[in-house]
Amino acid sequence: MSGTKDMNLTLKIWRQKDQKSSGKMVDYKVNGISPNSSFLEMMDVLNEQLINKGEQPVEFDHDCREGICGMCSLYINGEAHGPDRAVTTCQLHMRKFKDGETITIEPWRAKAFPVLTDLKVDRSSFDRIQQAGGFISVNTSGNTQDANATPISKNNADKAMDAATCIGCGACVATCKNASAMLFVGAKVAQYSLLPQGQVEGKERVLNMVKQMDLEGFGNCTNTGACEVECPKGISLENIAIMNMEYLKASIKKEG
Amino acid sequence: MNSSIARKISMALSAFFLMFFLLQHFAINITSLFSSETFNNLSHFMGTNFVIQYVMQPILIFGVTFHFVMGFILELKNNRSRNVKYFKNNGAANSTWMSRNMIISGLLILTFMGLHFYDFWIPELKIKFIEGDMSGLIDPDNMDSGLRYFTELQHKFVSPTRVAIYCVAFIFLSLHLLHGFSSAFQSMGANNKYTKALSKFGVAYSILIPLGFIIIALFHHFNH
Repeated sequence: MSGTKDMNLTLKIWRQKDQKSSGKMVDYKVNGISPNSSFLEMMDVLNEQLINKGEQPVEFDHDCREGICGMCSLYINGEAHGPDRAVTTCQLHMRKFKDGETITIEPWRAKAFPVLTDLKVDRSSFDRIQQAGGFISVNTSGNTQDANATPISKNNADKAMDAATCIGCGACVATCKNASAMLFVGAKVAQYSLLPQGQVEGKERVLNMVKQMDLEGFGNCTNTGACEVECPKGISLENIAIMNMEYLKASIKKEG
Repeated sequence: MNSSIARKISMALSAFFLMFFLLQHFAINITSLFSSETFNNLSHFMGTNFVIQYVMQPILIFGVTFHFVMGFILELKNNRSRNVKYFKNNGAANSTWMSRNMIISGLLILTFMGLHFYDFWIPELKIKFIEGDMSGLIDPDNMDSGLRYFTELQHKFVSPTRVAIYCVAFIFLSLHLLHGFSSAFQSMGANNKYTKALSKFGVAYSILIPLGFIIIALFHHFNH
């Protein structure tokens, strides 16, 4: 798979003018791609070719290109963020592909992630879920207690930190056969429910975030585990179990 | 029941009930390999006991119906969550066939249950409630004729085609359980030091119980 020889590739890319237009797969050839370049650099090369020919470049989301921001979002050869594991698309190297290969590139597909243009999708549904409860209410007037003053078990602190590494890229939704957002919501719920600061609003948080998730039109989780495998940050399915338990407890308390 | 997690939990609860029922069904059927008398007595007890017939059986019918209906509802809702499908999707790269195709294994099990009801349940209803024979005897007019259940069981497994259908159905039941067992516990929020052990127990249950039913079918086919 790896090597130093430049690669010639065929790209099958979803092109869509705008949200209202119907899109289609379009074939492109790109030559002289270094196996050490990133996937997005390869896309840059393609776009330079297109601009030089006077054609519309392929639009795709990206920002930090360091695997931190969660903006890049391509479905490559049938997998979210491509064939590598625990990486975002911007961290994916071309040495993971073969010279002469045809690479299929599509946008995230979910009713709750409508395509805006080409490979760009609207992920503001995640923002609305976060706004529904993915926070703690803290007085920031200047006399806020230092978080380190509250004792937290190492195990819970580690698990909360792991959950907090979710960058909200949406790969879990994209890869789930049901377009479910439960890994994302589970990570956000677990992140706070494991910490004493988050437990105060725990009941309202889980009920409100799940309600918003359902309103956005995401599917139901059927525990296939695909989201965990494709997640660039390795967010564990354990977080979904935590959310389910939190939801169950909150629902019983609500009824009682 | 309007939230996605509530639907997951209800699916899990009905699955627990069905898995418990399957275990007791197996426990009774396996006795047919060792003692026709025990099998006959247990079958007669199950078929005539008031609590089992008029309390547990309706709950079972509700459980089975609920599990299938909710399964279909979830499948339809989930399909609608992705209105444009992928041009290329490599599901095998990140999940098992069983987990992605519960609706297929579920539909095959449902089809098999149709045959199973035709073979055993409908004839039972006919004998008991249409013909009015609650004796459980081969010849209701002859008290010495013995109970009929073991004979009926053997008779059903004479046909190699029927035995083959039963075996294939139990393979799909095994595939369904291999994902469903641990999935049900995950849906209920199981997340503690016993979760891994529970998962391993689930794999053993999912293989051994259907395998046991296959052995019962084959045993009676070759020993009738």
